[in-house]
Amino acid sequence: MIPIEFYLVLSAFMFITGVVGVLTRKNAIIVFMSIELMLNAANLSFVTFSSFLGNNIGQLFVFFVMTVAAAESAVGLAIIIALFRNKLTINIDEINVLKW
Amino acid sequence: MNEIFMITPLLIISGGILLSLIVEMFYKKSEIILPWLSIAIFISAAYYSLLTAYREGVVFNSMLAVGGLVHIFYFIFNFGAAIVVLLSIDHIKKVGIYFGEFYILMQSAVLGMMFLSGAKDLVMVFIGLEQMSVCFYILTGFNRKRSSSNEAALKYFLLGAFASGFVVYGMALIYGAVGSLSIPSVSFYLINQSPSIIFIVGLLLFIIGFSFKIAAVPFHMWVPDVYQGAPTTVTAFMSTGGKAAAFSALLVVLVPVFSNLAKNNFIPLLSVLAVITMLYGSIVAIAQIDLKRMLAYSSIAHAGYMIIGLAAGNQNGVTGIVFYLAAYTFMNLGAFGVISMVEAKDNSHVDLQSYTGLAAKYPLLAAMLTIFMFALAGIPPFAGFFGKYFVFISAIEANLTWLAIIGVISSAISAYFYLRVVVVMYFKSTDSPIDVEPSYYALLGIFISALLVLVMGLFPNSIIQLISFFVG
Amino acid sequence: MLIEYLPIFLVFGFAIIFAIATVFSSTIFGPKRPTSEKLSTYESGMKPIGTTHDRVSVKYYIVAMLFIIFDLEVIFVYPWAVQFKRLYAELGISIFFSMLLFLVVFEIGFLYAYKKGGFKWD
Repeated sequence: MIPIEFYLVLSAFMFITGVVGVLTRKNAIIVFMSIELMLNAANLSFVTFSSFLGNNIGQLFVFFVMTVAAAESAVGLAIIIALFRNKLTINIDEINVLKW
Repeated sequence: MNEIFMITPLLIISGGILLSLIVEMFYKKSEIILPWLSIAIFISAAYYSLLTAYREGVVFNSMLAVGGLVHIFYFIFNFGAAIVVLLSIDHIKKVGIYFGEFYILMQSAVLGMMFLSGAKDLVMVFIGLEQMSVCFYILTGFNRKRSSSNEAALKYFLLGAFASGFVVYGMALIYGAVGSLSIPSVSFYLINQSPSIIFIVGLLLFIIGFSFKIAAVPFHMWVPDVYQGAPTTVTAFMSTGGKAAAFSALLVVLVPVFSNLAKNNFIPLLSVLAVITMLYGSIVAIAQIDLKRMLAYSSIAHAGYMIIGLAAGNQNGVTGIVFYLAAYTFMNLGAFGVISMVEAKDNSHVDLQSYTGLAAKYPLLAAMLTIFMFALAGIPPFAGFFGKYFVFISAIEANLTWLAIIGVISSAISAYFYLRVVVVMYFKSTDSPIDVEPSYYALLGIFISALLVLVMGLFPNSIIQLISFFVG
Repeated sequence: MLIEYLPIFLVFGFAIIFAIATVFSSTIFGPKRPTSEKLSTYESGMKPIGTTHDRVSVKYYIVAMLFIIFDLEVIFVYPWAVQFKRLYAELGISIFFSMLLFLVVFEIGFLYAYKKGGFKWD
């Protein structure tokens, strides 16, 4: 049996990879992919805890996270396309009509 | 079956969304009837919420709470949304986003807010948060021909989704520590044992994620850009309903948790968050010349005052936050309403310069904006003053007097930039004051907000008593 | 100990050296007679159309987005279907209608996408 810490460390590692990706990458789509990685890290934690605690609420939550992430990605891609049509770039450094 | 009747306000909104979608599908000129349908839906939901507020309970396997404070929040969201619809009718035609979907998305966002404030389970918190946020992402980018709107939407979307990632991961860790996602069982867990390190980290991530949503410094960087880039009435909706909903969820989760923490290490954290948020918001707002951007920083500062109530965490704190949120909702709606009316077709005329000599040409509009600016600054006869007053009192009760003192200093600073708008309107004159396209619907919305701000300022005690009746 | 792994390291080393050597020797010693046919992109023997970084029509994204949403919402039907017999015994026919309600809401969204021309390719 693989101890629970392995899963949790993997999940934490995935989460941190996602956070670092969001903070350092310049391409809006890659930033978005990093966010999805964060959500999947949370999903992995949920499934792990669910399995080790022996109740299935965590797995149920993962369903919700997945569907919400799908809706979010549809909206996000639409926003990115609308932006690309106007500005012909999705580099977030060049998106500076409004000052950060 | 009885449970179905207890969530009638939610059913009204959900049914309304489906009905509006069907109208939008089969009727070509849906943008003419949808605003009135939306207002009817919002008003009936608001009315029904107040009517059934006395019936408190928990429904659907303890997923949702109904009645009491939850219904007060329902009322704030729905009534606020109805005012936003009034403000939007002419505004969205003016700026060229005259589509029926605008109203459907608003209804959908309100449903998300209602889930958020009624949540008794972290699943509901997540669903509500995401439903509200996704609708706001679309509404922010609704003006898809304008690159500023696109840009605001992208920034809001990326940072909002980033914050959601923190919230979900925090929830995962809380679930791991507690073994359940329902909020009562989380507080039960804290009664019996001292929290594990996993729980503390999870709660911290949860608070960080929500700090993004309520725009607390240092997680505020999206706010000015998004508020500036979004269509003005959307900004009005987002800055009031969205913030109120996020705060209601924080109240729902944090108050039961904090009251059971034996040694509360989170109070210093929240206090520091409150101090930097309100000072940063008030000081940076002084430098802004764009009114929408100025109100964005003012919204950050107001979030700071509300966090004071959260840090106090006592019954008066909760009551104060609810009162403050209601007051803030209506005064901010009114202020943005005036701005949306003055704003020109090409999104110009939102800077301070354009308001020069407005009082001479449009005395009524200037008088309204003056009321809202006084209210936001916290000057006594208006609602804003009592919001701050109740929150500061709760801080003093919780032995956080220094926090209340910094709050008073910060609101004194913020009076400068609110009153500057009034000074520009009344005491500066120009040869060519701008033209304002009159919109009677928007004026009605602004009037109602002004009336509510006045009523809440003149009779704060009866409203506070009503709220504290439901809080206690 | 570590010495027991020596054969593996040897195999690794040999594989790396062999791979590098073959690649380089073929570029150095091999004959080079380029023609336009040889330099063109290999596309299973067909005449290549455009470059590899070709733009995909934006219409494709709309269909893809709709697919993502409708594909993933079905996730809620699976657990319901698996547990249907047990739930039916416990709760009666209402368990059927609750899923029906979900699907009706779902269908209204689908109809909306259809009516607004979300599935029209041109």
